[in-house]
Amino acid sequence: MSDQQIEYAAILKRRHRLSTCFEWICRIATGSALLFLAVLLAGVIWQAWGWLDLQFLTGFDSRRPAKAGLLAGLWGTSWLIFFTAIFTVPMGVGAALYLEEYATDNRFTRLIKLNLSNLAGVPSIVYGMLGVTAFVRMFGMISAADGWSAAISLGFGTLEIPFPLGRCLLAGSFTLSLLILPVVIIASQEALRAVPPSIRHASYALGATEWQTIRHQVLPAAIPGIATGIILALSRAMGETAPLIVVGAMSYVAFAPGNLNSPAEAIQDPQRVLDAPFDVFTSITIQITNWIEQPKEEFQNLAAAGSLVLLILLVFFNATAIVIRNRAQKKISW
Amino acid sequence: MNSTPTLLTKNAISQSEVLRVDVTRTESAAVRGQTPIKTARPAVAKHVTGNATQPVKIRARNVDFFYGDNQVLFDVSLDIPEKSVTALIGPSGCGKSTFLRMLNRMNDIIDGTRHTGDVLLEGSDVYDPSVDVVLLRKRVGMVFQKSTPFPKSIFDNIAYGPKVAGLRNKAKLNEIVETSLKRAALWNEVKDRLNSSAMALSGGQQQRLCIARTLATDPDVILMDEPASALDPASTARVEDLIFELKQNYTIVIVTHNMQQAARVSQRTAFFFQGVLVESGDTQALFTNPTEKQTEDYITGRFG
Repeated sequence: MSDQQIEYAAILKRRHRLSTCFEWICRIATGSALLFLAVLLAGVIWQAWGWLDLQFLTGFDSRRPAKAGLLAGLWGTSWLIFFTAIFTVPMGVGAALYLEEYATDNRFTRLIKLNLSNLAGVPSIVYGMLGVTAFVRMFGMISAADGWSAAISLGFGTLEIPFPLGRCLLAGSFTLSLLILPVVIIASQEALRAVPPSIRHASYALGATEWQTIRHQVLPAAIPGIATGIILALSRAMGETAPLIVVGAMSYVAFAPGNLNSPAEAIQDPQRVLDAPFDVFTSITIQITNWIEQPKEEFQNLAAAGSLVLLILLVFFNATAIVIRNRAQKKISW
Repeated sequence: MNSTPTLLTKNAISQSEVLRVDVTRTESAAVRGQTPIKTARPAVAKHVTGNATQPVKIRARNVDFFYGDNQVLFDVSLDIPEKSVTALIGPSGCGKSTFLRMLNRMNDIIDGTRHTGDVLLEGSDVYDPSVDVVLLRKRVGMVFQKSTPFPKSIFDNIAYGPKVAGLRNKAKLNEIVETSLKRAALWNEVKDRLNSSAMALSGGQQQRLCIARTLATDPDVILMDEPASALDPASTARVEDLIFELKQNYTIVIVTHNMQQAARVSQRTAFFFQGVLVESGDTQALFTNPTEKQTEDYITGRFG
């Protein structure tokens, strides 16, 4: 062995030790994250044990803990996420398509892209304030005192839209929509960027227009990524509390939006479906916050049970996202 | 040459007196089917003379091309004869691919590009504002270096061009798919699995699928950007045979790094170097007796 080789051999042991050391640092990092998650889950389940029952899922809030339920929050959150999805998906995907497929790369579009990343990092309470100004008060153009409403008669009922919107469910959905739009746009942009340019070029070279190329090649390839981004953003919206409080969600409501307490009632009395978007509302997160603030010990158990329901819903949402992604990845391989 | 000189634009671009004379000659040449193309323009004479026996399909005149401030083509003038294979050769970055992509305006997709000079397809400027680029690309098809089958079935890959153009007739689509695959010498290998994914084909088959897909749009001109550079020798040979077959009906322009390939498949060759068209002419003549020193150095492997 040459001198140099002997020197290398001498420090080899130290190099291996350092390597093992780093591996363990990473293990500990992963382990502690898992530990905290386990503690959280165990704590929540422990507290919620015996409280998460059918009565809890089908009853309305009450001052007596034994009778209190989450139904108003469940309906509120469902309605909120439903309308949020309806507003966010076309706007988010449309904006991403414009920025990635149509807009030329100039200073203006770069500015938009930079600001999208900034908006994604803005605290949610700021969106709450925007929501109050823009939707609840409608920039003060119409004072609440001389507010009016537009009634649109549909065959099965009347759609009554108040101006200004006021502290209604739809204002909450608009606000949540604004909150997650940057995230949805950025995720969709990334999904679109992951589609190989060669596919677009091949499509153009065969005489396809931009829309045909997007419709037949780009979107099918990008939809798994876009869908994943949308679902993750919606699950973030589902867990939001602060902007809803600012927009005026009720902390104590003993009825579901529009008095629509079960899907069957939607068929019996369609008017309730039309009323729901403009009714006052609460959400799972708001109910949890409210219970935590109560002095009675039992309300802490209710808060834990509510958290568990929210966690289960989130797991379900994220699992859907993973399934969609895996299915699509199997179908399309470049 | 057919009697409808301009399909792309309503009004063919007006040309200089000299060029008009040239076109007339070309047309009469087509009638007789023999006479070589000649031009009276001395500045470009060395690039447009030669032994081509076909009328001119594409005529580039004094073309400059820029990516932003970076000029990549300098005053390129080249005639591409109909129903023959023209090879564009030169070292990497010499501008041959850029020139090829100008012919069906694929460079339009890239932001910040511009050009000067004219590219005339059957006498009409492809960059004229009245030209519909979608229609142009249907007439001037393109096959890329990397085979790019869509993640769809073999049938849907071939039928894509006619479908986006608006053809809905199922029987007609079936017919187009079959003839295109036959012309691309792929029919026998895939006829029993037209509905299986095109991604499952081998590399060579994928490239022939891409050629078949281009044929399905019924183009006049096929541009090929190093179509065989990612293929094994056997697949390369099949693609080359195919090119040789296709020149009976199509005008083919092929970019290649492989000089043997250029010599094998093309009738005319153009040598690019650093954005300048150094020399062009009959392939045989250019490879055996180049007039320019740079050409000789390149084809003998002294650089590039």
